[in-house]
Amino acid sequence: MTTLAAPPPGGPAGPVAASITFAWRSLLKIKHVPEQLGDVIGIPVLFTLLFTYLFGGAVSGSTHQYLQYLLPGTLALAVVFVTVYSGVTLNRDLTTGTFDRYRSMPIWRPAPVVGALIGDLGRYLLAAGLVVGLGFAMGYRAHGGAPGVLAAVALVTLFASALSWTWTTLGLVLRTPTAVMNLGFVVLFPLTFVSNVFVAPRTMPAWLRDVADANPISHLVTTARALMNGTATSHQVLGVIATSAAITIVFAPLTTVLYQRRQ
Amino acid sequence: MTSSATDLAVQARGLVKTFGRQRAVDGLDIDIPAGIVHGVLGPNGAGKTTLIRMLATLLRPDAGTARVFGHDVVREAEAVRRRISLTGQFASVDEDLTARENLVLLARLHGHTSGAARRRADELLEGFGLTEAAGRLTRQLSGGMRRRLDIAASILVRPDLLFLDEPTTGLDPRSRSHVWDLVRRIVAEGTTVLLTTQYLDEADQLAHRIAVVDHGRVIASGTRGELKASAGAGGVRVRLSDPGQRDKARAVLTTVLGAPVHPDDDPAGLRGQIAADRPGGSAGIAVEALAHLARAGIEVSDFSYGRPSLDEVFLALTGNPAELTEATA
Repeated sequence: MTTLAAPPPGGPAGPVAASITFAWRSLLKIKHVPEQLGDVIGIPVLFTLLFTYLFGGAVSGSTHQYLQYLLPGTLALAVVFVTVYSGVTLNRDLTTGTFDRYRSMPIWRPAPVVGALIGDLGRYLLAAGLVVGLGFAMGYRAHGGAPGVLAAVALVTLFASALSWTWTTLGLVLRTPTAVMNLGFVVLFPLTFVSNVFVAPRTMPAWLRDVADANPISHLVTTARALMNGTATSHQVLGVIATSAAITIVFAPLTTVLYQRRQ
Repeated sequence: MTSSATDLAVQARGLVKTFGRQRAVDGLDIDIPAGIVHGVLGPNGAGKTTLIRMLATLLRPDAGTARVFGHDVVREAEAVRRRISLTGQFASVDEDLTARENLVLLARLHGHTSGAARRRADELLEGFGLTEAAGRLTRQLSGGMRRRLDIAASILVRPDLLFLDEPTTGLDPRSRSHVWDLVRRIVAEGTTVLLTTQYLDEADQLAHRIAVVDHGRVIASGTRGELKASAGAGGVRVRLSDPGQRDKARAVLTTVLGAPVHPDDDPAGLRGQIAADRPGGSAGIAVEALAHLARAGIEVSDFSYGRPSLDEVFLALTGNPAELTEATA
């Protein structure tokens, strides 16, 4: 009979090693259930194609000209929409016995959540890559060149990572994955549409224009546009970084506390 | 702290946990000595899972204290987590990973390097008869295999205390006895096992000591023998040739045994305990009962006399047999 038990290793994994192990878990899940990338592929492709060809003629006179305006917007839009699934996935994980096991192990308690968000970075980058690739194939030209495009993708991904903490918070408060998804989209539609993603706010009624101008998504899109056009100022970039930091500072600890208390 | 307290794997006093208005655990006391399989037996909703979740630091008790190897489950949760391992009632392995990936992942979290984690995973897959299933997704495994994987995941690093929450609920008899063998091997290697079950035969087979839990409290505890003895001096089971005579036979037996007699699921069956204070010795009373039945003109097709089963213990303790034996997962 083989010995079932073995002597322990030096000690449990530290916070960084544990988080990376959970990020690896996310990637393994994508490998085994590639369908879960449906949103990451579907949303960017759909938004880029649909809005360009549907609104292009009406808004800018030609689809080609509209694409120049729209593409940085759909980049932000697609990645921001994909963030909702971070909350959906966490909520679904919590309802399984798996998380009970993780939480009864002597590891850094937030590691499963932090690791999952690290894994989600890959999803954001994939969504961003699809929008940019499709945009170029449709005739988009970036005056800021490759560095501008990469900087815009990096900034959008940073903002998305910050925003995903709000969905993990929601994922811990709401009861079902469907509820997280529904509320997520109810919040995201006005947040992304009342912005400068599709049209310049100056065409909106004054009260709506004020909202659109104050919307952090507008600032993100303005900065992404400027980066891709090669006209960004450090003031714009720092503004988005500051917003991302502010969202993280509020919602990351909130997620952690709710996760620890979750029973 | 006295030295005897540290020899206890678990020591709980006055544990309470309420969910809304329901008192899931309601003033529970339990002592679990180290090195044994301790059964916690009770029907669905008795508070077994809530008890385990509090001991495993997943739930904070509303009142009372619990110590695991002398460490308080609330104030020293981290120290408790270093000594325990949990196999929950619902599969606590990841459905979207393969059997092997599940074990490697958890081994990494326990601090194994990637090479050591793979070796340990393969060793356990082999020990648990799962080598062939290693590359399959967990959700595609049979219930029995999944349970075994779940238990393997709990002993990647030998825990001092292993919680097994209803490990065989929903399993076929063969998978069940496979799990029982594993539990025996794990305890033989020095791990204390706290096993909850709603199956009396499982507690009878595995547990050195048993606590019977109902409505969030321990209503009886002891070794199997002690529990059985507490339920009465012995019991008789009778099967009648004519089910129509059951009521009459029940009246006769109740008088002779001096204790309530219950109808069985079998329409011609009856069973009862012999009251402990009955003079004449329980075997003598059993003989007397048979004679009384014959004199009353009741024909008996089967008659047995013996120490009470755990079924009868539970019946005697709660007056409610069906809830326990018919409960399903």
